[in-house]
Amino acid sequence: MPYVLNTPQDQADMLAAIGVSSVEELFEMVPAELRLDRALDIPAAMSEMELTAHMQALSGRTRNADDTVCFLGGGSYDHFIPAVVDYVSGRGEFYTSYTPYQAEASQGNLQAFFEYQTLITQLTGMDVSNASLYDGGSSASEAVLMCIGATRRSGKVVIPACVHPEYRQIVETFLTNLNVQVEVLETPEGLVQPDQLASILDDTTACVLFQQPNFFGGVQDMKELVEITHKAGALAVVAVDPISLGLLTPPGSYDADIVVAEGQSLGSPMAFGGPYLGIMACKEDFVRRMPGRLAGQTVDRRGKRCWALTLQTREQHIRRERATSNICTNQGLFALRASVYLAQMGPQGLRDVANLSLQKSRYAAEQISANERFSLAFDTPTFKEFVVRDAAGEVESLIKHALSQGYFAGVPLGQWYPDMADCFLVCVTEKRTKAEIEGLATCLAQAPANAAAVR
Amino acid sequence: MNPQELLYAETHEWVAVADAEGGKVATVGISDFAVESLTDLVYIQFSKSAGDAVAAGDTFGEVESVKAVSDLYCPVSGEVVAVHDKLADKLETLSDDPFGEGWMVKLKITDESALAKLMDYDAYKKMCAEQ
Amino acid sequence: MRNTLATKLLFELSQPGRRGGLMPACDVPEHSVDELLPGACVAAEPPPLPELAEPDVIRHYANLSQQNMSVDTHTYPLGSCTMKYNPKRNERFAALPGMANVHPYQPDESLQGMLQLLYEVQQILAEIGGLDAVSLQPAAGAQGELTALLVAAAYYRDTNQTSRRKVLIPDSAHGTNPASAAMAGFDTVTVKSTPKGYVDMDDFRSKLDETVAVFMITNPNTLGMFDRLIKEIADAVHDAGGLIYLDGANMNAILGITRPGDFGADMMHYNPHKTFSGPHGGGGPGAGPIAVRSKLEPYLPSPVVVKEGDEYRLAFDRPKSIGRVRSFFGNTGVLVRAYSYIRTHGPDGLKRVSENAVLNANYLLSRVKHIFPVPQGDRCMHEFVASASSLKSEKGITAMDIGKRLLDFGFHAPTVYFPPIVKEALMVEPTETESKASLDSLAETLFRITEEDAEFLHEAPHSTLISRPDEVKAARDPVLSWQPGTQA
Repeated sequence: MPYVLNTPQDQADMLAAIGVSSVEELFEMVPAELRLDRALDIPAAMSEMELTAHMQALSGRTRNADDTVCFLGGGSYDHFIPAVVDYVSGRGEFYTSYTPYQAEASQGNLQAFFEYQTLITQLTGMDVSNASLYDGGSSASEAVLMCIGATRRSGKVVIPACVHPEYRQIVETFLTNLNVQVEVLETPEGLVQPDQLASILDDTTACVLFQQPNFFGGVQDMKELVEITHKAGALAVVAVDPISLGLLTPPGSYDADIVVAEGQSLGSPMAFGGPYLGIMACKEDFVRRMPGRLAGQTVDRRGKRCWALTLQTREQHIRRERATSNICTNQGLFALRASVYLAQMGPQGLRDVANLSLQKSRYAAEQISANERFSLAFDTPTFKEFVVRDAAGEVESLIKHALSQGYFAGVPLGQWYPDMADCFLVCVTEKRTKAEIEGLATCLAQAPANAAAVR
Repeated sequence: MNPQELLYAETHEWVAVADAEGGKVATVGISDFAVESLTDLVYIQFSKSAGDAVAAGDTFGEVESVKAVSDLYCPVSGEVVAVHDKLADKLETLSDDPFGEGWMVKLKITDESALAKLMDYDAYKKMCAEQ
Repeated sequence: MRNTLATKLLFELSQPGRRGGLMPACDVPEHSVDELLPGACVAAEPPPLPELAEPDVIRHYANLSQQNMSVDTHTYPLGSCTMKYNPKRNERFAALPGMANVHPYQPDESLQGMLQLLYEVQQILAEIGGLDAVSLQPAAGAQGELTALLVAAAYYRDTNQTSRRKVLIPDSAHGTNPASAAMAGFDTVTVKSTPKGYVDMDDFRSKLDETVAVFMITNPNTLGMFDRLIKEIADAVHDAGGLIYLDGANMNAILGITRPGDFGADMMHYNPHKTFSGPHGGGGPGAGPIAVRSKLEPYLPSPVVVKEGDEYRLAFDRPKSIGRVRSFFGNTGVLVRAYSYIRTHGPDGLKRVSENAVLNANYLLSRVKHIFPVPQGDRCMHEFVASASSLKSEKGITAMDIGKRLLDFGFHAPTVYFPPIVKEALMVEPTETESKASLDSLAETLFRITEEDAEFLHEAPHSTLISRPDEVKAARDPVLSWQPGTQA
């Protein structure tokens, strides 16, 4: 019981002040027949020292990017995290505070949110950012719900196959009971084909959820796609990789209506998938449909500039079943981490991270495909990820082999794309060195293959 | 308009009925009591536009203060002939002149029966005093 | 002492040419960007982010941090939020390489330690809740609610009961409950509460019929009272073919004392960032794992962790699953901290947590009830709701005034104006990690405030960096990002 301050004497004094004879008596309102008449069947308590050993053992039985060279991506990335990020988010005044309901006692968080919102608008070229949502996937699904409300179209939403398959799964889950269809636009070439997009849209389509760079790493001119979408009266939601915006045109410049992103790559650890950061920014017209917290600038009674949560009538604690969303909090600490990351990197630093990722991934693609067993699945420009096809069709054993040699070689795609069971997604961030890239290429080239399977 | 000559709904909308070409037109707003109890209004949004058919009890929009949202209800059935969109840019009108320039919608009445359910000024004042 | 630069924005501190993060030179053959990417896709300039050096960044944020109240620095009796101490060992464990630097798409065989931890969390949460199966995927309590309602909808679809459209929700519930029900496609029906926050049984019975899908109940309720009739309510809902959802926001009161599954809940969520020591992170991240009865298990989101022999793996092959509610596994980092907290306490320790949380709340109630009416009476569980309504009518002092004035004395305000069923509500949750001395001090301060001049209180707080912000201006004319050319 390391965290309780009451001594036995305190407890006795407190019970006397309350006017009861035992702690047991305080629970009198819980009917006896509903009480648990045994101890919880959970593991016994451990001291900090024992628990440290236990946690280190669990950690030790989990391979990770420190002991294995990581070429995994698909929405979670091994980018470098500067020490300043951990220092700031490790300050108790930030991480042990809560949602700034009392603005006077939370100006630090509120200003940090306002700065985060500004940084995201600078990054995306959009008018407004909220103070963050849970993760990229829930941002995407919330954006789709916004579009259904804004367009009053509830026939279908279109999601190209080259968008993160988990985003599609989340949208499908959320729309199941709302009777809105999710229509998948096939992308056999690894990019969205404009004419095919045009033909799938109709006057019941609320929106298209694009991704740039897409799940396969592909990059394409978004302007035409957004125009086609708008021509059909639908809205364009674009999921982006925030790191890519060090180099790529911001979605605001090609008239995206809502931008969403997985913000993990901005200074947060991969942490087996979470907690992450859901980025969402939109055009001014949609701000009142936006879910999540918003920090706004105002003045105090003495006329001093300050910050407060604003436009709260959108939210569940006021509007209840008619709220824009059920979302209650933001991911404050991870919005903070993203802000510190962006402040530390600055415009040139972010461009350098993006460029290194681009150059190194291109080098990796060349190195891996130099072996005849491997080819690039798509002939498209890519940013930091690319899809490799294994002519031997033995992705699973290949990944296993690479792991045994100290590499996380890639993400097998067959789990989402049955016709791509011979493919895997390789990601190269700025952290990967030339030696590591060549090491992976060699390791893959030397992997045993069942000759009979080579086509 | 003179508040004493208006009709009122339980939901605090006031109604002024006037004869117009081809029938009666109801001008609808919200009372000074409603404006005051909502405190500082920050936003108004209309969900209906001219030409829409509405039934008594339908919402035609909502007003927001910092921490509350209130629906605006049609006191009678009819067809929307005008919406006071400009209010959104001059919300102070609602507190300065709730019964005049603070009007919100005009409805061409198609069914007068709902008018009978509305209160006169004295009954409305009495209701407010009890709240 | 205060740094006057502290409230400058990052953008106002920016100086062209300053750099913080420097990247190494490119060690692979470099191509021009235009060779690698379509010209139309490449921005001429990088985004217009501020330009700062590392010391700028640190001084800026270190100063900002000092403008927050936090659990590490202040008593934080924010009702319903369980602002308990956030153990430092949790942070250390979450930063271990096998916790922090783990990619979500690693092969199962490389994840055995992580999967063991998560499997144990599933087991532990099932046991604490008295339920059978757990999904760790939801990212927050609200997403847990939504997930559970989607599970219920799938269950009804699968059992041909699609006419069950209604979700009953007490008027004292958190706003997330009705918002989640609406997002899951249900119709919400409000059930009245008694002045003590209990379900109004007459109103409940009048609204219970064969179209009810779920009754969402918070127990202990938002007034911090345990509803004695919970079993009766659950039995009635079950007899009508419906399900009980327990909003687990208030689990800190009942760990090892009573279990939701034992008092009739079929589904529940946990708030590990509250009950299992957070931290709250200025508004997140949290997590919202849900526990359900076995008949609902097939519909839980995928994946779940399963154990086969001594091996752990992620199970995706679950044909009746509702699918996904978020990407990847879930808010694992929050679950690692919860695991650390639970393993620190063990079964007896967790029970002591709830006992002391309830003791502290009742002690504070016994001291505060002489100052403010507490409509619910002399007893509570982990929190209570006092009312400033008589102070308001006698002296014009509001709950907000009291909350704001507390900040001057170094206490965070209680939750004010919630739940809506109590006028001028002050919702106080001390948690078990406050001492008798700090509770005494809080009670004395509350008394002292009620003796102060009303006008003085309307202007509170007086000692914080800013006075009350103009929220009307913020909402009427929203300024949501900094614009170049504006200055403080």
